[in-house]
Amino acid sequence: MSYELKANRRQFFKILGISALSGAGSISSLFALTQHSSLSTHHLGKRWAMVVDMGKFKTEEDYKRCIDACHHIHNVPDFGNPKDEIKWIWTAPYKNAFPEQEHEYIRDDIKNKPFMVLCNHCDNPSCVRVCPTKATFKRQDGIVAMDYHRCIGCRFCMAACPYGSRSFNWRDPQPFIKEKNIEYPMRTKGVVEKCNFCEERLAEGLPPACVEACKDNKALVFGDLNNPDSEVRKILSSRYAIRRKPELGTQPGVYYIV
Amino acid sequence: MYDGNKIITGLIIFACLVTFPFLYNFGKANAKPDPKLDTPVIQQMKEKRCIETKEFMRANHMQLLDEWREAVRDGKRVYVNSSGESYKISLQNTCLKCHSNTKEFCDECHDYMSVKIYCWDCHIRVKS
Repeated sequence: MSYELKANRRQFFKILGISALSGAGSISSLFALTQHSSLSTHHLGKRWAMVVDMGKFKTEEDYKRCIDACHHIHNVPDFGNPKDEIKWIWTAPYKNAFPEQEHEYIRDDIKNKPFMVLCNHCDNPSCVRVCPTKATFKRQDGIVAMDYHRCIGCRFCMAACPYGSRSFNWRDPQPFIKEKNIEYPMRTKGVVEKCNFCEERLAEGLPPACVEACKDNKALVFGDLNNPDSEVRKILSSRYAIRRKPELGTQPGVYYIV
Repeated sequence: MYDGNKIITGLIIFACLVTFPFLYNFGKANAKPDPKLDTPVIQQMKEKRCIETKEFMRANHMQLLDEWREAVRDGKRVYVNSSGESYKISLQNTCLKCHSNTKEFCDECHDYMSVKIYCWDCHIRVKS
């Protein structure tokens, strides 16, 4: 073995070492990038969330009050048939709201109880990922909002949302809005719409309309998940809460106390 | 010239047809658009002025409104005008509070210029 060959082997190991190090560096930087991607909410700002205390929904009136408050304020039309229905907040039976936790021998009161459901304002919203025009976007405070000016009505988001939280305007909704709220715009034929966590009210320091509608029994509680003293965090740390379809990894922001 | 009479008659008919719209409207000025400002809210204002100067609004309201559409995206809901005053960014709750007479204000010029806007597909016109 000549001296020259030895040196080459030495160089080879040097190069091997350096490339291994730089490779490890680039992998860790890749992880760093994904952690700080725009879809992650683990930053220091607010993260709005809701807790639905199902035990406090007793009569039909309890549900209706919340739904009516929301649908009136946001000019949600009532087409009178389930095919065209526009839903911001609505009710679904347990087996549809929590299909992965449904079984044959479930308690009757839960089995037959309608669950209050709305957009979950996910941490990883699939609707945002598929929107080709960025009409649907995630705000820094966790709200999944829509810019109706940009919606082209492709309905990819409706296919992507695992919670059925999005509705399409097949017809012009204007004639079907009973009482127009002139403070808030309507939507038009050919756009998708959904709950916006009352971002227009939050901007003025008001709670969401549905939360305000049932403030007497506190069936819906709204607050900031990033604030350990917020009402939602206190409830979540003291009571067991579940979320809809958590196995999908969307990280919903609406919690249910069953 | 073969068929001279026919050709000349044809030419005269053609000239008449082409110049007819000009001759017909000659001397008749189309009514100029006259956007009205006499809404109750504007009449009650001590100093009648918009968020920017009249000239600025006349020339740039479309760009301004286009920028305002982004308010929902960046959550920036306050517009600071050239003299430092703040206004809430909202077509429905700022513009239309004063200009509630959209038919006599907005449509007046848009119709004249044949500009078709689709604001009212979603934004609610207040009946004046």
